[in-house]
Parts: sequence; structure tokens; C-alpha cells
Amino acid sequence: MANISFTIKFWRQNGPKDKGHFDTREMKDIPDDTSFLEMLDILNEQLVAEGKEPFVFDHDCREGICGMCSLYINGTPHGKTASGATTCQLYMRRFKNGDVITVEPWRSAGFPVIRDCMVDRSAFDKIMQAGGYVTVRTGQPQDANAILIPKQDADEAMDCASCIGCGACVAACKNGSAMLFVSSKVSQLALLPQGRPEAAKRAKAMIAKMDELGFGNCTNTRACEAVCPKCETIANIARLNREFICAKLAD
Amino acid sequence: MAKILDPAISRIPEGPVAEKWTNYKAHQKLVNPKNKLKLDVIVVGTGLAGASAAASLGEMGFNVLNFCIQDSPRRAHSIAAQGGINAAKNYQNDGDSVYRLFYDTVKGGDYRAREANVYRLAEVSNNIIDQCVAQGVPFAREYGGMLANRSFGGAQVSRTFYAKGQTGQQLLLGAYSALSCQVNAGKVKLYTRYEMVELVMVDGRARGIIARNLVTGKLERFAAHAVVIATGGYGNTYFLSTNAMGCNCSAAMQAYRKGAWFANPAYVQIHPTCIPVHGDKQSKLTLMSESLRNDGRIWVPKKLEDAKKLQAGQIKGSDIPEEDRDYYLERRYPAFGNLVPRDVASRAAKERCDKGYGVNNTGLAVFLDFSESIERLGIDVVRQRYGNLFDMYEEITDVNPGELAREINGVKYYNPMMIYPAIHYTMGGIWVDYELQTSLKGLFAIGECNFSDHGANRLGASALMQGLADGYFVLPYTIQNYLSDQAIWPRISTDMPEFAEAEKAVRDRIDHLFNIKGKKSVDSIHKELGHVMWEYVGMGRTKEGLETGLKKLKEIRKEFETELFIPGKKDDLNIELEKALRLNDFITMGELIAYDALNREESCGGHFREEHQTEEGEAKRDDENFFYVACWEYQGADDKAPEMLKEQLNYEAIKVQTRNYKN
Repeated sequence: MANISFTIKFWRQNGPKDKGHFDTREMKDIPDDTSFLEMLDILNEQLVAEGKEPFVFDHDCREGICGMCSLYINGTPHGKTASGATTCQLYMRRFKNGDVITVEPWRSAGFPVIRDCMVDRSAFDKIMQAGGYVTVRTGQPQDANAILIPKQDADEAMDCASCIGCGACVAACKNGSAMLFVSSKVSQLALLPQGRPEAAKRAKAMIAKMDELGFGNCTNTRACEAVCPKCETIANIARLNREFICAKLAD
Repeated sequence: MAKILDPAISRIPEGPVAEKWTNYKAHQKLVNPKNKLKLDVIVVGTGLAGASAAASLGEMGFNVLNFCIQDSPRRAHSIAAQGGINAAKNYQNDGDSVYRLFYDTVKGGDYRAREANVYRLAEVSNNIIDQCVAQGVPFAREYGGMLANRSFGGAQVSRTFYAKGQTGQQLLLGAYSALSCQVNAGKVKLYTRYEMVELVMVDGRARGIIARNLVTGKLERFAAHAVVIATGGYGNTYFLSTNAMGCNCSAAMQAYRKGAWFANPAYVQIHPTCIPVHGDKQSKLTLMSESLRNDGRIWVPKKLEDAKKLQAGQIKGSDIPEEDRDYYLERRYPAFGNLVPRDVASRAAKERCDKGYGVNNTGLAVFLDFSESIERLGIDVVRQRYGNLFDMYEEITDVNPGELAREINGVKYYNPMMIYPAIHYTMGGIWVDYELQTSLKGLFAIGECNFSDHGANRLGASALMQGLADGYFVLPYTIQNYLSDQAIWPRISTDMPEFAEAEKAVRDRIDHLFNIKGKKSVDSIHKELGHVMWEYVGMGRTKEGLETGLKKLKEIRKEFETELFIPGKKDDLNIELEKALRLNDFITMGELIAYDALNREESCGGHFREEHQTEEGEAKRDDENFFYVACWEYQGADDKAPEMLKEQLNYEAIKVQTRNYKN
């Protein structure tokens, strides 16, 4: 374990209409086994001690699963972690003495800034509400083992279902497209027999909602899969396109 | 003498335990479809319990208002549950049954849970699995396409269903999808980034809430015919825990201050397999799933001098050969070995570390070792099972537990993980009757937020089961028994004086906190609170320690009241104000835990009083004097000691005996 000192430039913005600016601060002797968010906690302790308002960012579980944390660090969503991981799983040992660390919010038309690095991702909820489910009544469906699903299909569906809805894919995309997010849910349910009856309707509804909410189109630059903390792949997007085209043809 | 509650107040149905729920459903009152349209229900929280309840109520026809503090319902902390969910399907043909799951849960809870509630939980467990599969939850499967199972602590059968190490995530996304479907159908109105700050009572019934819009800072009023709180546990009272940063007990404390009893607060679960504390800047503790104990073996050195060298950093765990390792759980509990329940495993780790056998620089860690299973199964199989946990561990600690470290006399040694117990789950909670209604009419509590099913200790993979049982299969029925005669009341107006008073009370509280204008940040006081709680109200409790703890908690309250500083504005987004309001409640909660722990002069489950142990160091229960649920009643002010009421437990189906995991 060692301590490091560095400069941090962090984005301040008072609301969606504010222009926003960077604040700069020297951080001294931060233990390198501190997580990135704990480093920001230290920053906030300092700001509050000086009577200033803290730097606002979303975070919650701090173990890489809730999808709440969403920082754009040195030009990469979630920063450069070892394997696919979220901002909260980034540790200071990945930085060096004297580094300049730039922290920005997700920047996309679909995610307006609320305050500093906290953005509004409710568009993702709206896309889910448009069709990201199997319509099933609470009650007594058939026995769980009455639906046999080959292990390979179940595993593949599980990989698609791992998406945490953080929005890094949108932040990384030059078009601000939400295709990786949408395709992960569509793929999960399309791969399972339970999801088939509504597969066509779902693909159309979710894409229509995505377009309506101002997300861009996919041009296969693969920036999204490079930053996805849960390693979702653009094979999902291909599957979504297939589902969508089949659905449109059927119309 | 504490008052003993009339048994009728628990509303446990007549009949043998296996028939109670069926009888209840056959005779309960229902609400006709037209009347459902006239009834509004507030559900606070969108975790497994909250989301599944909101979705199910909406689907039945009620109008649901659903609140969460995060930006989306999908962020609720249920999402972080790793290991799995129990159900009595007996798919593995290993002798499981509803009765056995019921029995294991009651025994695991050290005979302090209410029998009838637990039986119902075991009974509906199978429906949960069916329901989730129908929603498209991708549970792990075998090659034949059937569902796979794994084993978990406190059971001798494999009844845990799982989705990699992300079972909570998949179940929550299932409930979230059902919820999204109802939002689309217009039956659930979602309020994200809203925090409940007060419960509104009208004529002795819960009729609404005041919520703070976390983006604008404005206080808003919401009315309904019933209020359901599904706001999780109070683990963050200890500051460091496996809970998410936002987890808090404020909704429960608001209910408690309005008169809802708080039951068994001392029952706090300390999870044995967490990554040890590394420094004072740490913000949370990371859990390593209990499922690791299926294939990992827990040990410390046999020789004290080896432990000293480990603590000094002179040697590594892999330097210690097999014969010098003490697999203390296998030694002490041959029948269950590494799979003893969480409270037993946690205490055993503390016992070894207290004796000086800890293996890291603070002396507060033990090893969890995969050498044997990697040799037996191969690294690929082990990684398939736990790969994401190994990666997570490596990212945090810089050590890869699957890496071959050395070979001594032909035996291969892999890097072990270091683990230590941490606050994880709270069995105590708002007191509820069989219908999940609190002692306040019209206020219901579900999921971790209530006290009902886990007794003094929760078994692994049972939290998800309880959350979904309450939300999908219990509350949507039982709440109708309450709502059946409520449709005659027109929609309640939020202009009523009760709402204005409640809002004013919140406004006054906020003004008060702002006006303290001290020098200390919320977090710095919260850390002090956490330290006192862990030190004096933690894993090993004594009368003396608890009394000291209570004194120190009073000092912390004073510090909070005189030295707190909140920057920024009241009517605006203000994360420091949010935390300050929650900390106020954590302090009250901390005292409640200490009072209950002091009163309970026995050791049971997650509550261990050092005065009450056997010669071998096992927990010593006192059924003669403590076979009851301690219900704490607020006495009008936070600095007044609460009063206790007793709900006597009554077991009909299970014989109460000493918990034994040795043979």
C-alpha cells in the first residue's frame, strides 16, 4: 500500500440549463487501496469542512451491481478498470502520483444533468415500461420445471440479463444510442420460451420508445461493448435487429 | 414487569400449522373488483418486497403509488444479493419438503420466530420459483434443461435456486419488469428520487405520507387508504455494513415514533464472509457470497507464531502447510463443517481472532481457501461457479484467489481469500401480525423491514424468499382483509389538517438541523456512531458494554444536536440534508438495539451475550425467561427510554430444543 497525490478536475453544474464548469483541486496522500468513490468522499469531507456544497454524483451499492454510479473518468465511462467493472469498483491503485484526473457526467441527449455528475436516466425506465417484460399474472403459473430450457440457452439469457442499466453504453456512443441496453433485455427474453409470445411486440415497442426519447441510432462502432461493465456484446444488437425486422415483415 | 400482549393480537388463524394459511385464505374478506378501483395504496420501497407488492396490487386493480429514493426502482439493494433463493421444491430428490424448510428456518432462527408465519413462508416458497420462471428469470439449469440447485448454510438439502452470483439482481429485475408492466397499464404511479419523511395518521389510521422530492427539495403530500412500508433493514446504523450507502431505517423510525412497535431490534446478522476492513476512509464492506463456503474451507494457523508472522506481513497464507492449518469450523462442527449458519460461523471467526490467530495486519481476518476444490474440480469449474466473486475480490484487494502460489511436498497451495464478519442483515424490524399489519391500523410492513420470519438469525437464501413471499403472495391477500370495508371512504384529501401538521413537523425538523450550524459533517458523526455500535453493541455483547454503549450513544446524540453542519439550501437538492435526516434516525435506532440487547439476558442467533454461553463457547438460550418477541414502544421523545411489551411465542408443531450443528 502506498499514498498518492494528484489533481482532480470535477464537473459542477447547477441544473440542466446551467452551462457548467470544472472545479480543480489538489488531493494529497490518498491511500491507493481507497476506492474511487471513497476518494470522492474524502473530497466531499474537505468541501463540507470548508462550508461548501459537496460534489453531487449517483452511487449506492458500491459493489458493482446496482448500476447507480455513473462517472466519466479521463474520457472513459466508469474509468479504466481491470475487467468490466463500474465506477465504484475502480481503485486508486490504478492511478499514479501526479496524475490529472478528470471527472464528468454521462453526456447524452437522453440523460439530462440534474446536478454536477448526477444525471436523469428515467428514460431507461420508460423504455422498460414500453415492453421489457413477460406479461404474467401473479398467481399460480405451471411448475417451474414444466418449462425445460437447455442449459446453453439459459446461460446465454443470463449473460444478456446481467445488464445493470447504468447507461455507460449511451455515454460512450457518439450517437447516444441505447441499443446495447435495449438489445440486452430483448435478447434475454427472446432466448427464453417464456418470452417468445410477445417477442415481436416487445422489440417494436422498445425501439419505438427509445427513438421517441431522443436516443440515437447504432452505427456499429462498438464503443458501447468496450465500456460495458457487465460485458454485454453487440451480438445482442444483431439479435434485436433480427427480431425487429422479422416483426416488421410480419406486419 | 413488562406487559404481556394478548395472543389474539397476533391474529394467527386457528387450526394445525399446515392448514392455517389455507384456512385464512378461505375465510378472509376480499374486495370486489369495482371497489378495488376506488382504493389507493402507498407502497414505499421498490426492492423485492416493495416492487412485487406494488406490481401484484396494481394487477389486482388497486391504484398504487410506489416510491423509491433511487433514480430507478431497479437500484434497490435487493439487487446486491448474490447467493440464491430457497424453496422446498425437492427437485434434487434429497428429502426436502415444506415441513423441512419450515423446520430448518425455525431452527436456524434459534426458535425465536413465529411458527405460523414461517410455515406460510415455506409453503409459498414454491410459488415464488414458478412465478419467477414464468417472468423469464434466467435461473441456472442442468444440461437436461431442469433447474439447478446448490446448498447453503444451515441445511442438509440442496434447495437454493440461483442465477450465477447475481440471484438478487435477477429476481429484482423480474419484479421490476412486473412493476414496469403495471406502470405501463396505468395502475402503478412511480415516484423515483422521493424519500418518505413522515407518516400521516388520520383518526388512528395510516392515511398517507409526506415525501421529500430529492431533486427539488420540496415536501409533497400523498394520501391513500393504506400505507405499506418495504424499506429494508437498519444495518447502516453501524456505518460500515454490506448495505448500500442509501439504505436507511427512517421510514421504520417514522412509524415507530407514531406508535408502531419495533420488534427484536437486537437481532442483527453479522455475515461471516466479507472482505476485512482496510482503513478509516472505507465507506462500506463488500460481501463475498456465502455460496463460497460450499467449496471454500475456512482456516487460521494452528500455531500462534505463524499468526504473528502473518500479521507482521513476514509470510503469506500459502506458506503455511496443510498440517499447520486449523480448519476450525470442520473441527468444531463435524456435521455441518463450513456450512454452519452465519451467526455460528461469524462467532467462531471472532473467537479465533480474539485468541490472536487473525491473519492480516489488523489481526481481524481468517482465510477462506479454495486449494482443495481447485485440485478436485479444476480451476475452470471453480471459476465457473465463483469467477465473478474472484474478480471482485481481486479488484478490491489486489490478490487473485484462484492463483497457484506454491507447491510444498507435492501439495499445491493457492492464494486464499481473507474474510471477516460484517453487519449484513437485520432480523428485527417493525412488529407485524400474521396479516403483516403493524400495530398501527392501515400500516403494513413487508420484507426485511418487518420482524416476522427469521427469528434471531436468518439462514442464507431466505431473505429473497421472504421479500418475494410477502410481496407477491402474502400482503396482496391480507391487505384486502383490511381494505374490504374501506371503499366507503372517499379519497382522502391532502388538505386535511393532519397532512398540514405532518408537513410542518418535517419542516421544523429540517429548520432545526440547519440551525445547529456546527462544525461536523454528517458522515463524521455517523462514523462515530458506527464505531460505538460495533464496539459495544456488536458481535459479543455484555451488560457492562451495553450500558457504556448507551451512555456513548447519548453523547453522540448530543454531538449531533450541537455540532452538526449542513451546507447548501433547504428547498433544493441537498445530499448532506438527506444524510442528516437519516442519521437522526440511526441514532434512535442504535439506542433501540442497545436497549433490546441489554434486556435480552440470553444468547440466541445473532444476539450473543458473553455472560450467557456454554463452556465450549456456544450460545446459551434461556427459553424459560425469553421465549418471546420483545416489542418496543416509543414514549413520546427520542431521548426517553422505550417501553417493552411481550408477545409470548407459542410452538405447536416444533419441539423447541438446543440448536446443534455438531452431529
